[in-house]
Amino acid sequence: MNNILVTKEVTKKYGEHTALDHVSLEIPKNSIYGLLGPNGAGKTTLIRIINQITYPDKGEVLFDGEPLRSEHIAQIGYLPEERGLYKSMKVGEQALYLAQLKGLSKAEAKKRLEYWFERLDIGKWWNKKIQELSKGMAQKVQFIVTVLHEPKLLIFDEPFSGFDPINANIIKDEILNLKEQGTSIIFSTHRMESVEELCEHIALIHRSKKVLDGKLSDIKKAYKNNIFKVGLQTDSADMILKELADKFDISSSSYDAAESQLDFTLQLPNSDSRNVLVYLSSKANVNRFVETIPSTSEIFIQTVQSKEP
Amino acid sequence: MNKLLLIIRREYLAKVRNKSFVIMTFLSPILMVGMVVLIAYLTQVNDNEHRVIGILNESDFFSNEFVNTESTSYLQFDDISLEHAKDSVSGLGFYGLLYIPDEINLEKVCSRSFLYTKEAPSTAIIDKIEGVFQERLRQQRLLELGVSASEFETVDTNFDIHTATFDGQTNIKGINEIKAFIGGGFGYLIMMFIIIYGGFVMRSVIEEKTSRIIEVIISSVKPFQLMLGKIIGTSLAGITQFAIWLVSASLLLLVAFAFFDIDPAVLNTSAHIQDQMGANMAPPIPVADQTMRLYAQELLSIPWVMLIGFFLVYFLLGYLIYSSIYAAIGAAVDNETDTQQFIFPIILPLMLAIYVGFFSVFSNPHGPIAVGFSLFPLTSPIVMLMRLPGGIGEGGVPIWELVVSILLLFGTFIGIVWLAAKIYRVGILMYGKKPTYKELFKWLKYD
Repeated sequence: MNNILVTKEVTKKYGEHTALDHVSLEIPKNSIYGLLGPNGAGKTTLIRIINQITYPDKGEVLFDGEPLRSEHIAQIGYLPEERGLYKSMKVGEQALYLAQLKGLSKAEAKKRLEYWFERLDIGKWWNKKIQELSKGMAQKVQFIVTVLHEPKLLIFDEPFSGFDPINANIIKDEILNLKEQGTSIIFSTHRMESVEELCEHIALIHRSKKVLDGKLSDIKKAYKNNIFKVGLQTDSADMILKELADKFDISSSSYDAAESQLDFTLQLPNSDSRNVLVYLSSKANVNRFVETIPSTSEIFIQTVQSKEP
Repeated sequence: MNKLLLIIRREYLAKVRNKSFVIMTFLSPILMVGMVVLIAYLTQVNDNEHRVIGILNESDFFSNEFVNTESTSYLQFDDISLEHAKDSVSGLGFYGLLYIPDEINLEKVCSRSFLYTKEAPSTAIIDKIEGVFQERLRQQRLLELGVSASEFETVDTNFDIHTATFDGQTNIKGINEIKAFIGGGFGYLIMMFIIIYGGFVMRSVIEEKTSRIIEVIISSVKPFQLMLGKIIGTSLAGITQFAIWLVSASLLLLVAFAFFDIDPAVLNTSAHIQDQMGANMAPPIPVADQTMRLYAQELLSIPWVMLIGFFLVYFLLGYLIYSSIYAAIGAAVDNETDTQQFIFPIILPLMLAIYVGFFSVFSNPHGPIAVGFSLFPLTSPIVMLMRLPGGIGEGGVPIWELVVSILLLFGTFIGIVWLAAKIYRVGILMYGKKPTYKELFKWLKYD
């Protein structure tokens, strides 16, 4: 069984509104999976179904090969988008309480908390109340509480909102570290660029439907459109452009006469770029020849537009 | 189950450690006792005031009918004008002046008599003086009818009818009211508890929503567990508070009365009034002792064990019904100001129960209104408890009524908790929406 979580045709309705429409996903073990889509697409509903906060109307969810049961709660860690802690409760006491609710014994919870508090350098906050902490500090506590019970599957909903860049990096490193140790991770976000570098797999959700999913590198390959950004050092720009324009689509060309620098975008008919490169290098010095790979959000927009009538 | 205990423990500790809760717990008995002591003290001061009334009597029909008592004394003026007398009375700081003019017959004397006071006179004084006039008029009329005073005394009898139930149990007047009052006390306790601690449950739910911890917790425990744990934890804190109040208030009260040397009996106003009337109007009733003994007997014969047993049943079910509604309301709203429209319909049946209880059940514990309200599940915890001190079975609450009432309450309990849990489950994850009843109804259909 290579998937930690599989959803099959999961459908969920709230009254007239369909929040999820036959969504099927396969989330592989020991990887970081990006659940991407704009606000209101249905990501949070899907996550709540995985956490058994709510239940699907139709469809099935398998956790590690078994139908999802309430015992699985202890093996899932969830950092919700709308998150917070009891304001007037002490940090340590609160963390202990939440850990115990996840099924840890008090002694075990305390041991692990001490380790994590030390690790994230917040040991001296144990007896402080949440209302005395800054937002970023509270987020650290929240992160610890999420991962403390060492779940097989971690779900982060907009994990970096509320963190300053330094702490966001600390948390990112911790997440990568957890992945190294074998944890499977789901990232949910509407800011698609933010997790692109972390995710190996993604699924795009739009208007309650899954519009695209798979390995990020495969998707990018599939969405390559053979567009290259070219930079040439030449004095005969007009001639080169004219010759190229006969065979290919040229766009956004610009010529800097003082520097003799010609820049343009080249659309090739296929991914074979060797001939054109040979031709170019026979005419001028090539100082840039870059394939433009679409970003996730570009892919998203493209996919959505292509599916709309 | 273990999780439920964890939640109960947290809710209990969060409540008990809360500063305002601690302050309320220890300040309330002091305030309460302070108030009682103050009232008792003021009552005593008020009663101790000695009033002097001047009498300017120009008529032959009155001589020494006005007898000095502990609180009022009379001073006769002779051979001065009314104006002069008024001056003297106000100059001497007396309470008032009673003017009895000289007329040809008693009727006329009485109708022309005047009581002058600085301010509007107290009813007690008016009653006293009117009493004297009435007595004098009666004697006069009897005399005209040819009945002598001594003859009249032999006719004048005081009569109380003896009452008993069919199975021969002796009744005494007023005992029904006293019994209902005891039951009313229990009912009132339930109402107060529901309003205070139901509100706590509601605020605690709102706090979890606004602090956004709810989704973190709800991914570990079932919403129903959380709701139940919250209700139980809060009520345990409430019971703790009530226990502290009860013990410390009674201790403080004893100490305070000892310290200020106040006779607790002054608070027993009904007895007090009776004393006054007895002293003034009629000779003391020799059966008073016996009546008191009967009252005591009746009070002892109230089936206390049964009553407290049923109090616990009604308290538990009633409180759980109402507090789960409070929890659902807390879940439906985003902040406390939005709760008003939902709170009123909850308070309404409680208020109705108390008022119907005091007005209808007191006078007729087994009348149709009393029966109806003691069966209706939202009012039965209060109204049935007012009826129960009369006993169960013959002469008291029929067994079938009790059984039906508890069954209805239990059914409602299951139904309401189920509905409330549904609203709660949806509501805790809804932000930024001001819910309407229509919206809530829609939530019930989600699963």
